[in-house]
Amino acid sequence: MEVKDKSVEFSSVPVDLMGINDRIARIKARSIKSEAKVAGLHMALSMIDLTTLEGSDTQQKVRQLCYKAMHPHDELEGTPPVAAVCVYPTLVRTAKEALKGSEVRVASVATYFPSGQSTLEQKLEETHFAITEGADEVDMVISRGKFLAGEYTYVLNEIKAVNALCKEHSVDLKVILETGELGSLDEVRKAADLALLADPAFIKTSTGKIGQAANMQVTLVMLQAISDHYHRTGARVGMKPAGGISDAKTALHYLMMVKEVLGEDWLTNKRFRFGASRLANDILMQLRKQQTGLYQSPHYFSKD
Amino acid sequence: MPRLDIKKTYKLFIGGKFPRTESGRSYPINDEQGGVIANLCLASRKDFRNAVVAARKAQSGWAGMTAYNRGQILYRLAEMLEARHDAFAAEMQTLGLPKKQAKKEVDTSIDRLVYYAGWCDKYSAIFSSVNPTATAHFNFSVHEPTGVVAAILPEESPLLGLISTIAPIIAGGNSVIVLASQMKATSAVSFAEVIQNSDVPSGVVNVLTGDGQELLPQMASHLDVNALVIARSDVEMEKLLVASENVKRLIHWPSILTEQDPYKILDAQEVKTTWHPVQESASSGEGY
Repeated sequence: MEVKDKSVEFSSVPVDLMGINDRIARIKARSIKSEAKVAGLHMALSMIDLTTLEGSDTQQKVRQLCYKAMHPHDELEGTPPVAAVCVYPTLVRTAKEALKGSEVRVASVATYFPSGQSTLEQKLEETHFAITEGADEVDMVISRGKFLAGEYTYVLNEIKAVNALCKEHSVDLKVILETGELGSLDEVRKAADLALLADPAFIKTSTGKIGQAANMQVTLVMLQAISDHYHRTGARVGMKPAGGISDAKTALHYLMMVKEVLGEDWLTNKRFRFGASRLANDILMQLRKQQTGLYQSPHYFSKD
Repeated sequence: MPRLDIKKTYKLFIGGKFPRTESGRSYPINDEQGGVIANLCLASRKDFRNAVVAARKAQSGWAGMTAYNRGQILYRLAEMLEARHDAFAAEMQTLGLPKKQAKKEVDTSIDRLVYYAGWCDKYSAIFSSVNPTATAHFNFSVHEPTGVVAAILPEESPLLGLISTIAPIIAGGNSVIVLASQMKATSAVSFAEVIQNSDVPSGVVNVLTGDGQELLPQMASHLDVNALVIARSDVEMEKLLVASENVKRLIHWPSILTEQDPYKILDAQEVKTTWHPVQESASSGEGY
């Protein structure tokens, strides 16, 4: 469909819901042999953005999370650290200090997460604050209200402005579409296509703050948008499903989907992330099960 | 000739639902003449793991209900069984039990539910203690549910075996996964239908049918199972202990069909002991 709004002209494609569901069903039905499973679990663990975005977050909780990020479970040999720790801007400095000397990056949400209801100036100011505090990555939210009202130019310009600020400081931008508020997969595809025009480092499904977070449908739609964008422009944009992915098996299904839609180039934490807080422990439990043959209990794994 | 001549396949009871085994396997059970009475699901290790997940999810909610409420719910189970007395007795007769004995087994099952229903809000008052100390502290010990319990039921008396085993376990706020009698489990699965219609929350009781040899090692080794009850006399406990490779409560009830006492409840409890400083009681004023 053609979308016209003052200066922005971009084309989006309608989503074939039956096709999406069918493809997901086939991916879910596949079995993985144990060696591949261990490799996949390691990969999934290395792609996690360990996240805490609560009003009750304290410096101490963030420090503890950072330790967990660097040492997911020392008893298990060969487990990689996670990709990043994701916090609010005011806790970026704490995380940065706690992660010093490790390869774990600090991601910060910004632009008045999770609602995004503020002016562009305020959003840029908050983004700038997160960057000066030491964030390596910024997760921004789009203005869903404007998007749903059809003000695509406004939304695109906002993403472009934040991305320009990030690029100036070599910071990676992730653009959160908050797909649960967009209403349909067609709108998800349209929002993804719009965000991709700004050429961010990643596009991301959700804030995790509303009921409907990431699922395989929206992720597949966004992966297809990234694929089309790549074939059109040659730019490899990353993908981050966030919220609601809490078990290892589902994570492996996502990796299969990424491999099939985008290929091996995206099977790295530079181009694919999981935004999750509970997923890491389930992966660790599965790895320990592979090692010992015994089914595990969450009681034996640290919570943060 | 019955109206429905196709033999029923009894399903499993996991998380308040009646799924087929994910393995798709089943086995027939026979009457004394060798005719097929019904088919049962041959539960797999995966079914057991799913049941553990359901039981873990349900446990804290069940333990969080008041003891009085748990007692009411157990009593209601007894009422529901009473209403279905004849149907259960008839079902047991198809398994070869004489009529009189079948009726007696249902009677005893009802009595046992009432017995443990009564204990729900009493055992902690009777068995908890305030302990003597040499310092200015309160020191008290209370019973708390151990968590998720797996149990393997007697081969004989499928209904009474199920009820005698689960009643003390759930009376104490635990959730339970049972492996029912292998060749006579029809009554156990039928009672699961009663449980599903009662106020026992989904996942508190889960019923599997199948082969003990296959499932016992899983029950013993799964780390998210806090206690294992062997309500049979033919299982070698020593072997099980060595095989389990983890620490959990191992409870042996070899003659559960004929026993009922509050110590069965305590078997699946943990004793928590707490120190609490005594404030200057003379000056601490009202309320202390």
